[in-house]
Amino acid sequence: MSESVPDHPRPLGEARSLGEAGTAERGFVQLLTPEGERVHDSDYDVELTDAEYRGFFRDLVLVRRIDAEATALQRQGQLGLWASLLGQEAAQIGSGRALRAQDMAFPTYREHGVAWCRGVDPLHALRMFRGVDLGAADPHAHNFAMYAIVIGAQCLHATGYAMGIQKDGQVGGDDGQAVIAYLGDGATSQGDVNEAFVWAAAFTAPVVFFCQNNQYAISAPTDRQTRVPLYQRAAGFGFPGIRVDGNDVLATYAVTRQALDDARHGQGPSFIEAFTYRMGAHTTSDDPTRYRIAAELEEWRLRDPIERLRSFLVRQQIADQGFFDEIDAEADALAAQVRAGCLALPEPTPESLFDNVYAGEHGALQEQRETFLAYQSEFLASDAETERSTVPGREGSRR
Amino acid sequence: MTSMSLAKALNAGLRNTLDTDSKTLIMGEDVGRLGGVFRVTDGLQKDFGEHRVIDTPLAESGIIGTAIGLAMRGYRPICEIQFDGFVYPAYDQIVSQLAKIHYRSQGQVKLPVVIRIPYGGGIGAVEHHSESPEAYFVHTAGLKVVTCSNPADGYTMIQQAVASDDPVIFFEPKRRYWEKGEVPDDVPAADWYPLHAARVVRPGTDATLVGYGPMVRTLLESAEAATEDGRDLEVIDLRTLSPLDLEAVYASVERTGRLIVVHEAPGTLGMGAEIAARVTERCFYSLEAPVLRVTGYDTPYPPSRLEDDYLPDLDRVLDAVDRSFGF
Repeated sequence: MSESVPDHPRPLGEARSLGEAGTAERGFVQLLTPEGERVHDSDYDVELTDAEYRGFFRDLVLVRRIDAEATALQRQGQLGLWASLLGQEAAQIGSGRALRAQDMAFPTYREHGVAWCRGVDPLHALRMFRGVDLGAADPHAHNFAMYAIVIGAQCLHATGYAMGIQKDGQVGGDDGQAVIAYLGDGATSQGDVNEAFVWAAAFTAPVVFFCQNNQYAISAPTDRQTRVPLYQRAAGFGFPGIRVDGNDVLATYAVTRQALDDARHGQGPSFIEAFTYRMGAHTTSDDPTRYRIAAELEEWRLRDPIERLRSFLVRQQIADQGFFDEIDAEADALAAQVRAGCLALPEPTPESLFDNVYAGEHGALQEQRETFLAYQSEFLASDAETERSTVPGREGSRR
Repeated sequence: MTSMSLAKALNAGLRNTLDTDSKTLIMGEDVGRLGGVFRVTDGLQKDFGEHRVIDTPLAESGIIGTAIGLAMRGYRPICEIQFDGFVYPAYDQIVSQLAKIHYRSQGQVKLPVVIRIPYGGGIGAVEHHSESPEAYFVHTAGLKVVTCSNPADGYTMIQQAVASDDPVIFFEPKRRYWEKGEVPDDVPAADWYPLHAARVVRPGTDATLVGYGPMVRTLLESAEAATEDGRDLEVIDLRTLSPLDLEAVYASVERTGRLIVVHEAPGTLGMGAEIAARVTERCFYSLEAPVLRVTGYDTPYPPSRLEDDYLPDLDRVLDAVDRSFGF
């Protein structure tokens, strides 16, 4: 498959070697070929138990199923919008499972798979896309920040948070904390992302920038963002950049785990480019057939993250048909649960419009709330009046 | 009570916040070794260390964006934007992130971040160093916006702003940095004037002048000059722009019947427009004349040789007073 990945020269100034020749030839770190063959990398190898391999497979299948259900819900008018992760499951599960409980994640609006790894209710994202809230969450409940919509803004928040970890003295050992900031290939053009790189480098902040290069920023291909491979940019900021096969859950896991460990031990930031592909639309609002060709899609379909792990599990006799059937049944049940949960999400109350704009008092807004409530109560009184006047036997209660 | 300049008063206030709360941080360009270009943070890094008083890279969005992350981690960052016209690169982080995260999180994330901005003209500076961008921030829900006009307020208000659990944009009138006044450094915080309250700084009976920040001194001088014409003008220092405290203004207008609002920022959709509309809604039958505005013009801030023509001054204020009495 190496010929289908753009051939890039060996990165300059990279702090960590790309390791053995095999990796360099492929252009990225890979531990599982698209055919499901296990390959080895001297820098980034992992030893997993059979149960752990099966766990990765389960995660991949379940998040793909959540995503499919959400896409269907959007098509049926139940969500205003959906940002699908289809094709990016390995990047998200691999990196998400590499996080330790004490690590903090700053996602974009597409990190449903990472949310899954953090133990966040799948309905969390649906609430935002359904419009019943704006993505409300306590970031500390699962060490998972709220979804960020503005491209790249969260990279600065992640860096600041990482500086806070440093100030708290929580770096420098195995029990240290680290931060992961998710971003896309388009985000690398943003000022905020570049400022985050400057800050993280200048303060040696324990933050890993995890870029899912899914090849398109809505419709604009990566070469509209950069003339050099994204991972090579890190060297210019003074920290390591590494490219990993983003459709290989083992490789994304291994590389992210290493980067997080480096961060938690006080070695500062790093940048991971997970080379992957968004199989669907950017969001349910766009039409990818306008900007990419079917052949490209087909080529990436052959690198599907789930199929390659399935081949490996079968080949190694780690899982049998019974296991796959069991996971499929679990996915069906989860999808049904997500659907029912979505449809049952309560509507926000009208007066909640004014809640939590400020932590303290704000007289001017308080006045508006009171005016709003008085205005609403006129309708409620009038509705009640109408109801009374139409109840049989109650006619005449209205003059 | 100690007599000191506004810059020194702010410095003393900041020093207190660093002293009393180990979670407070000062961050910005040149705030450390240099002590800030106006020396407001002078000596703080020396006394509190590089971990509390942080010289940042030169990138305003980065200052605010990382302050948000630090606040999420439990810190209380006090950011300095070096000059008013340099806040725009940070605008997205301020209005799209800092202002909205408390609302988005339904109150689960508090961001007690203070952004100090030296603002306004009158010091003969070059382009981008003399602007009054307050209306942009007042227009954004989720931000509180205050401005001090004298050393006493500078000392207390900066400490109150840091204590606030809401993000506060703290505008400092740079041309008043060197003016001295008595600072109540021996008054307990519980007895300080509330942060979000306007104040009548000169009582009067014939007309009301309302302003804030650098204009307050100009208004006091105008009121003093007006006594020669036999006019007794009331002067109100707004102090807080969001929330906008107009109770004192309403009460004053109901007594005087005349209101002139003065600010350096361009007039269109500025603070004066809001105040005029609100006072007209509330005090229509008390008004003897329309609410008048004396403001900067709807031009970019001009070259410094023209700033005396641009900025509201005593003559323009008194001219407006005359027009008010002409109705």
